[in-house]
Amino acid sequence: MIEIDEITKIYQGQRAVDAVSTTIETGTIACIVGTSGSGKTTLLRMINRLVEPTSGEVRLNGEATSAMPPHLLRRRIGYAIQGHGLFPHHTVARNIGAVPRLLGWPKAKIAERVDELLDLFGMEPSQFRARYPAALSGGQQQRVGVARALASRPDLLLMDEPFGALDPIIRARAQEDLRRIQRQLGSTILLVTHDMEEAIRLGDKVCVMDGGKLVQDAAPTRIVADPASRFVAEMVGDAERPLRLLSLIPLSDLLEPGEAPGDPLDEGANLRDALSACLWTGREAVPVSRDGAPVGRVTLEAIRAAALRHGATDDAPVPA
Amino acid sequence: MTAAPDLRARPAGAASAAFSPPGVLFAVLGLASLALPFVTLRANRIVLGEGLAPWAAAPGAFVAFTLAAVVLGLGLGVQRGRPWLRFGGSLLGLAGIVTLLALALPYLLEEAGDLARVSPAAGFWCLALVLMLLMADALSALRPGPWLRLGLLVAVLGALGLVLASGALDRLSIMLEYRGRADAFAQAAWRHVALSIGSLAAAAAIAFPLGIACHRSGRLRRAMVPLLSFVQTIPSLAMFGIMIPLLAWVAATVPGAREVGIAGIGFAPAFLALLLYSLLPVVANTLAGLDAVPPAAREAATGMGMTALQRLRSVELPLALPVMLAGLRIVLVQNIGLAVIAGLIGGGGFGTFVFQGLNQTATDLILLGALPTVVMALSAAIVMDVAVELTAPGGTR
Repeated sequence: MIEIDEITKIYQGQRAVDAVSTTIETGTIACIVGTSGSGKTTLLRMINRLVEPTSGEVRLNGEATSAMPPHLLRRRIGYAIQGHGLFPHHTVARNIGAVPRLLGWPKAKIAERVDELLDLFGMEPSQFRARYPAALSGGQQQRVGVARALASRPDLLLMDEPFGALDPIIRARAQEDLRRIQRQLGSTILLVTHDMEEAIRLGDKVCVMDGGKLVQDAAPTRIVADPASRFVAEMVGDAERPLRLLSLIPLSDLLEPGEAPGDPLDEGANLRDALSACLWTGREAVPVSRDGAPVGRVTLEAIRAAALRHGATDDAPVPA
Repeated sequence: MTAAPDLRARPAGAASAAFSPPGVLFAVLGLASLALPFVTLRANRIVLGEGLAPWAAAPGAFVAFTLAAVVLGLGLGVQRGRPWLRFGGSLLGLAGIVTLLALALPYLLEEAGDLARVSPAAGFWCLALVLMLLMADALSALRPGPWLRLGLLVAVLGALGLVLASGALDRLSIMLEYRGRADAFAQAAWRHVALSIGSLAAAAAIAFPLGIACHRSGRLRRAMVPLLSFVQTIPSLAMFGIMIPLLAWVAATVPGAREVGIAGIGFAPAFLALLLYSLLPVVANTLAGLDAVPPAAREAATGMGMTALQRLRSVELPLALPVMLAGLRIVLVQNIGLAVIAGLIGGGGFGTFVFQGLNQTATDLILLGALPTVVMALSAAIVMDVAVELTAPGGTR
């Protein structure tokens, strides 16, 4: 568990990060969202002490980070940045093995770990191991960057706009990969982004920052359905909130017995997919399947009601 | 012939594409040079001599044979498709002019008296220059790898050595100057190497750490770079001159300084002047190399837990090394040239002959100092280029 306790950074009298406290449970992804200048990157960089906090404390599994030498702390924390930061003069294998090498792992163990990670990221080891970063596509470079950050099985992985330099299609794939790998490895991740869509899609928890302050810190559904301030609502995008919300609810929540015409959707799809299917094909309901076998349906009526349930609570004016 | 399909593929009207424009230029210049005096015959070492055209320099058959080689060499340089043939043409041409020179010696000196001297004249030098330009042009099209370039350098120097050792040119005026000074020449060569490479090594030992420190500290950088730039602007004659009173004062006042060889004239002031000139290029290139390290790589290195020293050793220096070595290359070539001036303040080196020659108006003695300096500088440039290329780290080549 990562505990951030009243952490503050003052630059020339300005509070870049102002008394932020939150915790990140082991094995979850927390996303920090904010506009540029909100202090989100400074907050991230205070965790591995690339920036020293003015006051406050960060505890890594109960241990205060201020108690260890910064370079030793950083070897326990993975760090992936926008533009990957791969070493251009080292091969893919050497890049991925960088932290294990700093930690003094034996060579054979490093080589084994490198292959394991390349496999995990869908890159054939024999083909990619000996390549230099310049010979990889943008998406591959980014994956190697994340693999490098995960190589030593760190207690925590910090990611600063890791997908910022990717085009939308590759970015969506990279996000899915990250989600899958995080589930598989049980990693704890703190990710900084300016993209609310990305935060909602990836985060078990979303921390919205504005002007150095943490303005809301909650599960994605809560952020969408119940924004704590005007600013959060704007970040979510007022017009898209119903759709964002529906995208967070799986079909299984509204599943009812019965039949419906047309192609079925898998139970793992969400209400936004179902709504799309209904609108696009003029249906009142869509059939739902589990592993290919029909299990029931979801009706447009029910989707509307689900949206309304959340929307109604939203009638109260949003605090400014 | 491998280039044949290439020629067939060309449209008939594009015949001009089969010619190399620089090759045509070299051929025209080379043929024009044949009209210039090829050798000079003088009654003795310092009088003004008489220029002789190529066909007056040796018996007719010899001249025809060697000039045919030169013309054929220039002709091979005109075509474009086969750079190896152009390279071969330049070698053939050079062989032709050197052979003609060797044949001219006994022919002209036979009845000219003991004191007579024969030197290459404008025609020889122009042809040599044109043919070497042709060689460089052909090589740039061949793009030889670093090892091949090194091999070619060794081969060319070896060929030069063989020609000189064969004795064919022994009666050339510059060789006569050499014969009287063989010991002094060897000594001057070593001194020249010691001055230029020694000051380079000292500069590297000082300027690499200084460059790294300047990279770390903006204040040091803002102080050092203008200071070193100022040093660089001091004219070289003035710099060597300044060293004389400065080191004479050090020798007179610092105990023990005289015993380790510090004096107003000689090796020490020359070495120090060269060292001072070396600092800016090395510091500036070290800074440029380190500045060019991608910021994201630096950030990642720190973020993953490298100490400052580990980051410098395994990320920053390897990425900056080619640029840093390029700085050393500049310094080495510059110092080989500047070390000539050391002759003026008793520092030794090839400059000794240059200044003696100037005093005696003996052109060949000047050349005895200048030509080896040029060969040394060119060789150093090629060797350093190869080193720069070989140190470029894998992914960045």
